[in-house]
Amino acid sequence: MLIRLLSGDLPRSRVLAVILILIFLGLALAPFVFPGTRSLNVAAKVAVFILLVASYDLLLGYTGIVSFAHTMFFGIGGYGVGIAMAKMGSGWFALTTGVLTSFLLSLLIALAIGLLSLRVRAIFFAMITLAVAAFFQILASQLSAFTGGEDGLSFRVPEALRDRLTSYYVVLTVAAALFLALLRVVNSPFGRVLLSIRENEFRSEAIGYRLVTYRTIANCLAALGATAAGVLYALWLRYTGPDTTLSFNIMIDILLMVVIGGMGTMYGAVLGATIFVVAQNYLQDLMKLASGAASGIPLLPQVLHPDRWLLWLGILFILCVYYFPTGIVGRLRR
Amino acid sequence: MKIDWIPLALVPLLALAALPLVGSLPTWVTLTVAGLAMGMMIFLMASGLTLVFGLMDVLNFAHGIFISVGAYGAATVLTRMTKEMQAESLASDLSAMVPAVLAAMALAGVLGWFFERVLIRPVYGDHLKQILITMGGLIVFEQLIHVVWGADIIPLPRPGTITGSFIVGEAAIERYRVAAVVVGVLVFAAMWAVLNRTRIGLLVRAGVENPEMVESLGYRIRRLFVGVFVAGSALAGLGGAMWAMYQEQVTPAMGMQVLVVIFIVVIIGGLGSVGGCFVGAMLVGLMANYTGYLAPKLALGSNILLMVLVLLWRPRGLYPVGRA
Repeated sequence: MLIRLLSGDLPRSRVLAVILILIFLGLALAPFVFPGTRSLNVAAKVAVFILLVASYDLLLGYTGIVSFAHTMFFGIGGYGVGIAMAKMGSGWFALTTGVLTSFLLSLLIALAIGLLSLRVRAIFFAMITLAVAAFFQILASQLSAFTGGEDGLSFRVPEALRDRLTSYYVVLTVAAALFLALLRVVNSPFGRVLLSIRENEFRSEAIGYRLVTYRTIANCLAALGATAAGVLYALWLRYTGPDTTLSFNIMIDILLMVVIGGMGTMYGAVLGATIFVVAQNYLQDLMKLASGAASGIPLLPQVLHPDRWLLWLGILFILCVYYFPTGIVGRLRR
Repeated sequence: MKIDWIPLALVPLLALAALPLVGSLPTWVTLTVAGLAMGMMIFLMASGLTLVFGLMDVLNFAHGIFISVGAYGAATVLTRMTKEMQAESLASDLSAMVPAVLAAMALAGVLGWFFERVLIRPVYGDHLKQILITMGGLIVFEQLIHVVWGADIIPLPRPGTITGSFIVGEAAIERYRVAAVVVGVLVFAAMWAVLNRTRIGLLVRAGVENPEMVESLGYRIRRLFVGVFVAGSALAGLGGAMWAMYQEQVTPAMGMQVLVVIFIVVIIGGLGSVGGCFVGAMLVGLMANYTGYLAPKLALGSNILLMVLVLLWRPRGLYPVGRA
C-alpha cells in the first residue's frame, strides 16, 4: 500500500527515510507539536513550497530544462484565486471559477512557451522564460485596478476554510496528494522518457520520441503543479501580491531549494523546501547570535549579519552544483 | 564582406514611423536622442554578454553583477571627489569622471577574471550547470555587494558640465544623453576595429566560427577566452557606471533589473553577434522611449513585443551566428 502510494520510488537510504518520516510527522502534527502562529505559518509554507519545488524538479531535474517562469505560474494560481475571490465574493463558486481559470491560463501559456521555444536550445528557453516572467510581473503591477498593483489583494475565503486548523490541513492534504501525483508521473513510462531526454536528447530522438512533445508536456505539468501551489498559498495567506508569488527572489529561492535538496529526486524537493523555509525563518536568529559574538573582528560581523543568510545558502548552492549534483538526497543514497 | 542591410535599416525606419505618431518634431527629436542614448548604454552592457556567448558558448546569468559592481566602483570614486565635481569646468569634471570610469572597468574586469577562473571554467560545455553556477554567482555576489557597500541606495550626483540640456530649435536635448551616444559610438567603433582589423580580432572571429580549428592551428583558445571574458566584464562595468550616472543612483539590484532588457537585446540581435546586439540595443532603446511617451502603460511590455516580432521574422535573431 505504502509502496504503491510512493509509486515504488522508495527513499533507498535509511537516514533519508528517517528524515522524510520526521518531516512528514512534523508537518502532520505541526499545530499540536509546535504551537503558535509563526510555526504554523512556517509549516504551511513548507507544505506549499514542497509542491512548488517538486513541480520545478520535474522540469529541472527530470527533463533537464531551466525555466525562470515558474514563479509566473505560481503567481497565476495566486492571482486567479485572489482576483476571483476579491471580485466575486467569498463563496465556493468564486473559488472554483478562480481555480479553473488559472489552471486553464497556466496550461495555455505553458503550451505556448513550450511550443515556441522548446524546439531550440535549453539556454534559449531559459532566456525566453526570464523575459516572459518579467513581463508578467510588470503586467501584475500595472493593471492595478485588477490586481491591486504593488499592494496586492486581500480577500475572504469560504466559511469552511476560515478556521486556521481546517485550512492548514486542507493545504497539507492537497499538497501531499499532488506531491504523490508528481512522484507517480516521474516513475511512469513517461517519466523514464523524460530522463532519457535529459541524459541524451539525440539518442532519445533517434529511438523515436519527439523531444518537443515530451518537453512541452513536462512544462505543462510543472506549470499546473506551480499553479496549484499558488492557489494553496493564496488560500492560506488570504492574500496575493507580487512579493509573495511573482518576485524574482522566489524564483531564486526555488532554484536554491531544488539544487540543495537534490535535482531529479523528488524527495530532494521535500528536504530542500523544509531546510530552506526553516532556515529563512530561524537561521537569522542564529546568525544574530553569531554576528554578536564576532563583533570587533573586521568584516566578519557584516558577513554574519542576519540579512546575509542568502550569502551562505548561495555558497552552499554553488558547492552543491560542483560536488553534489544530486544534492543532499543523492549524498544520502550513496 | 557582405553586409545584411535590412536589420540595419530597421532603426531609421522605426524612428521615422514614430514621427507621425508623436506628432511634434521637437518632441520627436528629444525622444529619439533619448532612445539612442539608452540604446548605447544597453549596448555597452550587452556587448560583453553576446561576445562571451559567441566565443565560449557560455551564457552568463551573472552578467548583471558586473554592471552593479561597475556602478558601485564609479560611485565610490565620484562620492569621494565632490570638490572636483562641483567646480564648473570640463577639465575638473573629467578629472573625476575618468578615474571613476576606469575604476568601474577595472573592478568589473577583475571580477570577470575571477568568475571565469573560479566559477565557469569547470563547467564549460554543460549549459545546465552553467546556468545554475552563474545564478549561484549572482546570488553570492549580490549579497557581497550588500556586505561591502551596504543595502541602501547611494545617490550619485552628475558632474556639472554634463547636466542640463542644449536647446536646438525647439527641442531640448539632455547633455548627458549626447555624451552617452558619443561614448557608445566610440566604443562600438573601437570594438569593430579590434574585431575586424587586428590579429586578435581575427582569432576571436575565427573562434566564434570554429573553436576546435583555431586550437588545432596552435593558438591557445583558453587565453582568448579569458581575455574576451575580462574585456566583456569591463565593458559591462563601463555600461553600469554610465547607467548609474544616468539614473543618478546606485542600488544593489540594478544589474539584475537591467539584465532582462539585456537578454532581450541579445536575443533580438542573435546570440553571439556584436553587430546584431548594437542594432537590437538601438531598437529597444528607441521603442522604449517612443512607447513611454505614446502609451506609458505599454512601455515596459514593448520590448517583449519587439522580441516576439523579430523572432517571428528571424527565429534566430537579426544576425544569426554560425553554430545553431
